[in-house]
Amino acid sequence: MNDDRPTIPGDQDQPEPGLTPDPAPSYRAGDVIHTAPEFAIADADVLAAERGDVIAGTSLWRDAWRRLLKNKLAVFGMIVVLIITVASVAGPSVIKRINGLTPDYIPTEVAALRSLPPLTAPDGSFSWLHPMGTDNQGRDLLARVLQGGQISLLVGVIATLVSLLIGVSYGAVAGYLGGRIDNLMMRFVDVLYSLPYIIVVIVLLALFRSQTGRGQVILLFIALGSVSWLTMARIVRGQVLSLKNEEFVLAARATGVSTPRIIFRHIVPNTLGPVIVYATLTIPTIMLTEAFLSFLGFGVQPPLASWGSLATDGIQNLGIFPWQLVFPGVTMALTLFSLNFLGDGLRDALDPQMRKV
Amino acid sequence: MTNPNGNLLEVKNLRTYFNTEDGEVKAVDGISFQLQRGETLGIVGESGSGKSVTNLSLIRLIPSPPGRIVSGEVLFDGVDILSLPEAEVRKIRGRRIAMIFQDPMTSLNPFMKISRQLMEITQLHLGLTKAQAYEHAVKMLETVGIPDARSRADNYPHEFSGGMRQRVMIAMALSCQPQLLIADEPTTALDVTIQAQILELIKTLKQATGTSVILITHDLGVVAGMTDHVIVMYAGKVFEQAPTGELFARPGNPYTKGLLRSVPDPTDERGELYQIPGLPPDVARLPPGCPFAPRCDRAEEICRQEFPPFVQLTSEHFSLCHFANEVYETSK
Repeated sequence: MNDDRPTIPGDQDQPEPGLTPDPAPSYRAGDVIHTAPEFAIADADVLAAERGDVIAGTSLWRDAWRRLLKNKLAVFGMIVVLIITVASVAGPSVIKRINGLTPDYIPTEVAALRSLPPLTAPDGSFSWLHPMGTDNQGRDLLARVLQGGQISLLVGVIATLVSLLIGVSYGAVAGYLGGRIDNLMMRFVDVLYSLPYIIVVIVLLALFRSQTGRGQVILLFIALGSVSWLTMARIVRGQVLSLKNEEFVLAARATGVSTPRIIFRHIVPNTLGPVIVYATLTIPTIMLTEAFLSFLGFGVQPPLASWGSLATDGIQNLGIFPWQLVFPGVTMALTLFSLNFLGDGLRDALDPQMRKV
Repeated sequence: MTNPNGNLLEVKNLRTYFNTEDGEVKAVDGISFQLQRGETLGIVGESGSGKSVTNLSLIRLIPSPPGRIVSGEVLFDGVDILSLPEAEVRKIRGRRIAMIFQDPMTSLNPFMKISRQLMEITQLHLGLTKAQAYEHAVKMLETVGIPDARSRADNYPHEFSGGMRQRVMIAMALSCQPQLLIADEPTTALDVTIQAQILELIKTLKQATGTSVILITHDLGVVAGMTDHVIVMYAGKVFEQAPTGELFARPGNPYTKGLLRSVPDPTDERGELYQIPGLPPDVARLPPGCPFAPRCDRAEEICRQEFPPFVQLTSEHFSLCHFANEVYETSK
């Protein structure tokens, strides 16, 4: 701004009392405008918040958070997920430090330690060593369940992220560009939608079998992520379609912002509500799919374990050693419930104000 | 307006048509006007007259599947905007030509802090760093009269009242000191006291920075107080253009006369308010001849048959009417 602005005589005075409630003048002498008191900021136009009565502003996210916290089920879900996640991440190392057991440790005195019931020592007495017992190869089940948690959660989260990335970009571009491009893109989605995706995943995994355990897990991320982006794309496209006609998009274009920037910096952040909800609900879906794949033998390979593969192993001995199925199964079910509760709670917390736009 | 050199903006025969289910809508059908530097031009018209479409056409923001700019030139500082590649136009938008919109409630992104929305413009066009852009944003907010600008800069739009939001829009528009400010009914959505403040703000800022302004409105009172020249639009055409004082004192067109008569006069003791009979035409199905003929009290057979000529009344006063001279003579 150029500084040779005309100063209008008389503006060196204090603002007329009674017009601005602020103790300190909100404009200063020498400023171009509001020099004549009658054009000072009218009392009527100043909200209480603007007057400084409210100290902290609230963002839409903070409101949503507060609303979420009021939902008991969602809070329960959040806490359980948090506990299980922390336990899965830190658990195996903690157990290793306590009693030296790792998830894949097969003890040398194999026969004695196989399929121990929970909290039992090989000789039948009470023991804290294996709170969940052991599997049919003598490996500590608690450590395996926690590691299973690592893998299952990892697959769930990362595959969801993959599907998020693909789905949001695809849907946002289709929705914003509209017309024939949108048509083409969404018909493609329709075609993919009609494929039985389990079969697609199995085919992908069969084609690209990996040698290492870790490689297999990465393959799972990609395979599962690439079939689950479809609904995300549709959701985002719908949101973008309704947002792109809002006036703030026109105003942004009028300031010279380029199209990619408009899509990803201005519109997509406004779609985050439904995206977050759907992502939270995708994670359990993917975990279940992974469990099913493990059941079929396409999931993680031993010695790595996921809840699904543990459950699969456990089924074989269901009648004799039920704990081998019960523990991983219950843990997984608990996590799935909790994620669903959390997702529902998020939907309730975020939805009303997404409509406030 | 007849100054051949030094016109900041020259619009020649602009035509913007829309393809709708009802046929081709000629929203803007052959508009021409000029704008000198430092001048304020008012564009007046009823809803559907094409004034907003004119504006959007100037910076090529017409949504392209249904609409398209069919012909014409928009010479901004000598360069035809309509012939520039999109990337070049984007450099002009926000930087040299800025636009503010009617409804401040919806013109700001509700999910972005005000500071960020302001910063984006200067970072994009002036290449300022984040810190510089932030300082600039705060300074602009102060200039437009936001109280406590520094602490309010990080607020969200919903934490401002309507008048404040419009001030923020003005701050955004003037961030890069544009040569031209297009204000599309900036005060229509605000109440009267705030209207006066906003208009005064625009006026003072314009005087300080030398920005030219195109002010679109349907409110003749606003036009009278703010503009140097006026064009009156109807059904996508310019019906009259004149310096402001001249237009009010000696209108040369029955439509303008009708508009002026429609302004309620507080001293008038008679009961009923005057209104131009009839409704604005359906621009998709215009009759041959003068589009205003069905409603005009001066209309004769020739008006319904033949399209009226654009008559020059004085050096700066033009009127689209078969009887322009007569109307001009009889207005006071």
